[in-house]
Amino acid sequence: MTWTDLQTALAADGYVASDDLSVALHLSLTLGRPLLLEGAAGVGKTQLAASLAAQRDTRLIRLQCYEGLDAAQAIYEWNYQRQLLTIRAAAEDGETGKAVEERIFSRDFLLERPLLAALTQAEPPVLLIDEIDRADEEFEAYLLEILSEFQITIPELGTISAKAKPIVILTSNGTRDLSDALRRRCLYSYVDYPDRTTELAILNARCPGLEARLGAQIVGFVQKLREEELEKVPGIAETLDFAAALMGLGIADLTSDPAALQHTLSTLLKTQSDRAHITPEVAGRIAGRAA
Amino acid sequence: MSRVTKFAARDPGPAARVAGFMAHLRENGLRLGVSETDLALAALCEVDASQPAHSRQALKAVCTGCKEEVDRFDALFDSYWMDMGRVRQKIVQSPPAKGNDAVHSSRDGMGEDASGAGSANAPDGGDGAAESDGEGRLIATQVRNLMRKDLRDLVRPEDIAEAEAVARRLGAALRDRRSRRRTAARKGDRLHFRKTIRASLATGGEPVRLMRKHRPDRPRKIVALCDVSGSMTVYAQIFLAFLAGLMRSDATADAYLFHTRLVRITEALRDKDTMRAIGRMSLMADGFGGGSAIGPSLHRFAKSYAKRFVEGRSVVLILSDGYDTAPPAVMDAALADLKKRGCKIIWLNPLKGWRDYAPVADGMAAALPHLDLFRAANTLADLANLEREVTHL
Repeated sequence: MTWTDLQTALAADGYVASDDLSVALHLSLTLGRPLLLEGAAGVGKTQLAASLAAQRDTRLIRLQCYEGLDAAQAIYEWNYQRQLLTIRAAAEDGETGKAVEERIFSRDFLLERPLLAALTQAEPPVLLIDEIDRADEEFEAYLLEILSEFQITIPELGTISAKAKPIVILTSNGTRDLSDALRRRCLYSYVDYPDRTTELAILNARCPGLEARLGAQIVGFVQKLREEELEKVPGIAETLDFAAALMGLGIADLTSDPAALQHTLSTLLKTQSDRAHITPEVAGRIAGRAA
Repeated sequence: MSRVTKFAARDPGPAARVAGFMAHLRENGLRLGVSETDLALAALCEVDASQPAHSRQALKAVCTGCKEEVDRFDALFDSYWMDMGRVRQKIVQSPPAKGNDAVHSSRDGMGEDASGAGSANAPDGGDGAAESDGEGRLIATQVRNLMRKDLRDLVRPEDIAEAEAVARRLGAALRDRRSRRRTAARKGDRLHFRKTIRASLATGGEPVRLMRKHRPDRPRKIVALCDVSGSMTVYAQIFLAFLAGLMRSDATADAYLFHTRLVRITEALRDKDTMRAIGRMSLMADGFGGGSAIGPSLHRFAKSYAKRFVEGRSVVLILSDGYDTAPPAVMDAALADLKKRGCKIIWLNPLKGWRDYAPVADGMAAALPHLDLFRAANTLADLANLEREVTHL
């Protein structure tokens, strides 16, 4: 399978990937390296993992990172309550300490969290580590062993190696510096806002039944809108919402009804100052130019 | 016409060329090791390496690590692999891209590229003092300066970056260390024995549910009031940069400007775009460089904003020279009022650094009894040095 095959296969599943991204993804699959995706919110970084899992028909294991995420939540945890009950039950049966200890620190008593789960699958799953920049730096360090060796060391059990190497995709919005050690282990791709033709292709793939004329207008409008001074530039997710809103309201032409257009802008503009900046006049002007 | 570089006949082969390319990238500041060369060769085997576009994309995925590097990669690739028939063109540094502050790549490219050269948006003011009107006014005036001054001329983004570092350190020093006591918490670092034992009663004495505890953060809020009257113009650059830095590094901080009026600038300074923040601030600081009414401004602060934003854990930072036009009794009453809210008051006076300075100005003398700390500050370094003193506050 070459990268163009991959690109076509993803497109068939409704994900239109740029050439850069397809090559990076193809290399990550063939070389078995994690892929680090950076880019603005709403350009389809997370969706790529979902589409890839759908295309390969494997499980998608998702780890959403957040501040304060620790190993117990992300990798594994001992089932303490069950261990306690087993000790108590064993004491009544008169079992000796050593045997009980071996039993309670076995795989049966391990609660799998996403990262360990990803390594124990029989089929290689897609592991999505979402918004890694939100997690703390210590957590990044935990990841290093997993990402380079695909193994997890549990002090009581020893090292667990992956049965099938998972396909790892990391996404980042750049709210914090990632360490060089982490970047070195990954292939990198910067996902940018799509150009006009790509965005139109995405729109057609995602919203079947959209009229060609309206589709072109929507894409033109959003592309022009991105050139305005906005706090939060609308991504592809917003474009799709916008298209869905217009279709739902039965609007066939952006320039026909300025008031309705203004109502649907809530799908594109997500801050108060952006709303204030794009007045009905401005929106009408952009729509007129885009048409 | 193929623009692909013609390599010498004695060239040892593709691997050496790729190694040469890696060295070329390394010289241009990309951080790449031996294993990346290995990976690059492996990557080239996976794509159709005879197609320049494909190898470009493959090498890009392997060799870059942040957005800046992605942006520079094409030029670097061309200069190594595609320099056949190339007209030697002067590389013009592209203007900084329209800032999208929502996404910053998490790593600066190379140090020298990161911030660009010089600043286009501020006149070169020598050591920064040249902006003043040269009269050396150091007395309080009652005239309200109606001339609008664009603060963007005074504050440069580099200053803010530096001030941000200082403000962050100062903020960290001011903020209480964490409390010594531990309180119950769902995700604590230690076991809460008393609660665990109590909870174990419900399960027949087995400690099935483990309770935890941690040390809670006890943050201190910084409230900064900056005097921008005529007599302070010279120091405004430092202090405004400091305020902007403080706002950026500390989400709970609060900032005000005053001359003859008091303006809250917290919201304006929180703007993600640095220069736009300063621009908004200058619109609000209408009357900058005019007369000073410190007492009445502080009084107004104590009566209005302080009720909402100042509490026992606050530190009120006043940046002013203390030359007041109002009677000292007003200042006395205002600070006494403020003090009643239980906050600490720090007064930073740029004049205190002078050799024979004594706080004899009426306003300053009236203020002194209420202050927890009275220090000199007219440069960023002075502000940085405060760090040690405020820890003991």
